[in-house]
Amino acid sequence: MSLDYENDGALHEKIIEDVLAAYPDKFAKRRRKHLSVATPAGAEETAPAEETLLTECDVKSNIKSIPGVMTIRGCAYAGSKGVVWGPVKDMVHISHGPVGCGQYSWSQRRNYYIGTTGIDTFVTMQFTSDFQEKDIVFGGDKKLDKVISEIESLFPLNHGVTIQSECPIGLIGDDIEAVARKKKKEIGKTVVPVRCEGFRGVSQSLGHHIANDAIRDWVFEKQDGEIAFEGTPYDVNVIGDYNIGGDAWASRILLEEMGLRIVGNWSGDATLAEIERAPKAKLNLIHCYRSMNYICRYMEEKYAIPWMEYNFFGPSQIAASLRKIAKHFGPEIEEKAEAVIAKYQPLVDAVIAKYGPRLKGKSVMLYVGGLRPRHVITAYEDLGMEIAGTGYEFAHNDDYQRTGHYVKNGTLIYDDVTGYELEKFIEKIRPDLVGSGIKEKYPVQKMGIPFRQMHSWDYSGPYHGYDGFAIFARDMDLAINNPVWGLFDAPWKAKPAPAFLDAAE
Amino acid sequence: MPQSADRVLDHAPLFRQPEYQEMFARKREQFECPASGEAVEAQRDYARTWEYREKNLAREALVVNPAKACQPLGAVFAAAGFERTMSFVHGSQGCVAYYRSHLSRHFKEPSSAVSSSMTEDAAVFGGLNNMIDGLANTYSLYDPKMIAVSTTCMAEVIGDDLHAFIQNAKNKGSVPQDYDVPFAHTPAFVGSHVDGYDNMIKGVLEHFWKGRTRSAGEGLNLIPGFDGFCVGNNRELKRLLDLIGVSYTLIQDASDTYDTPSDGEFRMYSGGTRLEDVAAALNARATLSLQKYCTRKTLDYAAEQGQETHSFHYPLGVRGTDELLLKISELSGRPIPEAITMERGRLIDAMADSQSWLHGKKYAIFGDPDVVYGLARFVMETGGEPIHCLATNGTKAWEEEMQALLASSPFGASGQVWAGKDLWHLRSLLFTEPVDFVLGNSYAKYLERDTGTPLIRTAFPIFDRHHHHRFPVMGYQGGLRLLTTILDKIFDKLDQDTIDPAKTDYSFDLTR
Repeated sequence: MSLDYENDGALHEKIIEDVLAAYPDKFAKRRRKHLSVATPAGAEETAPAEETLLTECDVKSNIKSIPGVMTIRGCAYAGSKGVVWGPVKDMVHISHGPVGCGQYSWSQRRNYYIGTTGIDTFVTMQFTSDFQEKDIVFGGDKKLDKVISEIESLFPLNHGVTIQSECPIGLIGDDIEAVARKKKKEIGKTVVPVRCEGFRGVSQSLGHHIANDAIRDWVFEKQDGEIAFEGTPYDVNVIGDYNIGGDAWASRILLEEMGLRIVGNWSGDATLAEIERAPKAKLNLIHCYRSMNYICRYMEEKYAIPWMEYNFFGPSQIAASLRKIAKHFGPEIEEKAEAVIAKYQPLVDAVIAKYGPRLKGKSVMLYVGGLRPRHVITAYEDLGMEIAGTGYEFAHNDDYQRTGHYVKNGTLIYDDVTGYELEKFIEKIRPDLVGSGIKEKYPVQKMGIPFRQMHSWDYSGPYHGYDGFAIFARDMDLAINNPVWGLFDAPWKAKPAPAFLDAAE
Repeated sequence: MPQSADRVLDHAPLFRQPEYQEMFARKREQFECPASGEAVEAQRDYARTWEYREKNLAREALVVNPAKACQPLGAVFAAAGFERTMSFVHGSQGCVAYYRSHLSRHFKEPSSAVSSSMTEDAAVFGGLNNMIDGLANTYSLYDPKMIAVSTTCMAEVIGDDLHAFIQNAKNKGSVPQDYDVPFAHTPAFVGSHVDGYDNMIKGVLEHFWKGRTRSAGEGLNLIPGFDGFCVGNNRELKRLLDLIGVSYTLIQDASDTYDTPSDGEFRMYSGGTRLEDVAAALNARATLSLQKYCTRKTLDYAAEQGQETHSFHYPLGVRGTDELLLKISELSGRPIPEAITMERGRLIDAMADSQSWLHGKKYAIFGDPDVVYGLARFVMETGGEPIHCLATNGTKAWEEEMQALLASSPFGASGQVWAGKDLWHLRSLLFTEPVDFVLGNSYAKYLERDTGTPLIRTAFPIFDRHHHHRFPVMGYQGGLRLLTTILDKIFDKLDQDTIDPAKTDYSFDLTR
């Protein structure tokens, strides 16, 4: 199902001009390239229906943020430790450098896992070398060596260590690769140095890439000997699902039901063994393209494993994705996939019947990272909601190309939006819901506009899969239709209060 | 299929359903290559022993679950306490995203700060251009009255000179020459967020006081320090000071910044100490710091200017509040009014009513140095025993002050002070020398789970409970609030331990 609506492109063009007027000229010019309005795609497209481009939404991306603004972006360390490596649960991830980076990212991404924390599992812990001035002056390699020894002695059931470099490491020229090689020999476990210093690149995106390269160089390439593994023709890896609030689990249950076997789940709830065995799989299924396409391309080249993108947000995309995946494996799996879709159809119908009327026609603005600015669009549309604007924190050109498949004509597109722009966009469009992060949540709510954190699912979730769609629908309803939004105006300053729907379960 | 539209299960109940439980078991068995159950059990048991504790305490390089953050966070918090001030952090941009998130997660409020967004080229050539362009953008977009500049470790390692950079930027016209741009170097690899607070406050005072001649007046300056409860505490302090009728300036007041109303308008700036008041504060008779370890350099600077200085350790509870009020009364020559004496009496009344439940309870207390001091002191007033007092950013001097505090009361006799230790150390301490309750921040919920010691949330950050910071813990009223929080936990625990029908519920009393 896909809604037919069109946004007010002319209004959106006007809004862009308005925000740019506030900048000094030089920076208005630079920012203009990152803001646009989606226009109808060229007619020459001959791709299959699901790959048809709806719009062009070309903006400049993956360029340095301008100084002195509230960019919402993170850094390479956030991309590597915070996103890719951090969720690998049986390894200890050292935040190598000063104490802050590890502290602020400690337990903040809700990468759910099962394990005994502090004994054989370490995701919600903060391990740091806590750099002091003397480490900056004399170098931190000796300290790092000792840190790894102490980890080995206090947490012997760890299956390996990663070294997540913070800014000073690269600046003072530490040789963490040499320490990694030495310690690997000493402790006989995987030790991965990751050069994800925060000043590298222009956003967290480079951190993802560097983390992928570290998997290639320090896990795959360092594997000695054959890993014992009994394969089946239906072995797949799920790549780029970080199990936020259990997303990967709500996805895995569907893939298993259609007869596939998931060798490795990257990297939510993952163990090192799952990553090591990934080259044995027959297909890589990638959810967050931006953060992990690199390693999929590598596995394709090196191990001839094909990869395929999929989208598990909302029933239309879930069904389309299950069919696309099944097609790769042939009729037997295709039949099972149809059975899975049929099995969940009553749930989908019931969810839409219950929440659709409460959400129909409501407009949404998104600003997130990874895959979400495009992938969640159809989940909203499945509920009858419309997307007025969307944008990415750290997308590249190919992400915006992919976005063209999802957004409607006239949609406002904003890349690396600044706090100032986003606030003005929201003020002028006044959508019924904004989906973004913690830094955006409270300013938007103060304006009286309902909000959901779409990085962390606002402490709810999962949102993936059919089980997740029910939660997604409930959460959007509880955000939009809570009575609090009707209480903002004091009665002695009264405007008529909007009518609110009755409470839902 | 466990999910239904009638009763939507989110993660908390969903994954307990048999379908998911079976899936987890399959995943574990077939793909995870986990450590064996016996090995996990053995290590779990071992990690509870004295032997493990000794190994753990002997750590020299590794830090696990520290209870401290880095300097710039303190600087950003400090800047948030001044009128229409935008925090400008010079360095890599990811850091600023972290500070903003961290503060927002605690206060459930907007947290505004900008970055100069330095990348690799700035690492090579220095960040001067980022400063020039950045100040100009901040000035035009966000219309602040003052821009407070601090640094990240990147800018510090490459040695950017803020004083010169800001002057350069002014010369290039980024902001007017006479525009207020105080600054502080806040390297993340020195000290912690409390030092960042200190450096930023000192930077602001220097900016407004330098080169001016002081004419000593009668007013008092109060600097609250890094305080996650600033919303409730500062308002309570102001109420008490107004009751006494003192002339005062609260230097760095973030109580309104982190507590704006929801009425349809987003206020990027709200409240904060007025800039002209900061300038006039040079003439104060004395500067009082409520948290000594947050203001070591600042107080030295105030003393150099000729002011009397006094510092406290997060003054709360009876004696803590007494001391603060007495000092204020003494310095101002104003008596403590009867209304406050009555408030004091009511706190004492409450403590007396509840004393039997509090007497002899054992606590582990962790957090920033002054906070730990204040809490330990209050706990002893209630007849409780601080057994472990831990501050990851505690110094040798703090350790000595804590020892002296513990020695001042028979209830401190079993107390131990742990400066520079982290929460993984505390885990070992709790297993080997258990206590009844932990007083600290949300990070200790893992200690609560692992060791079974109930956590009473009282410090920064509190991520997993709402609105605590809106209520004061300082003053006699704050004492009442803190007392109630502790008692609630004591009674909740008792109820939980006695709730099994026909097993333990003979002590499940209605009246206590």
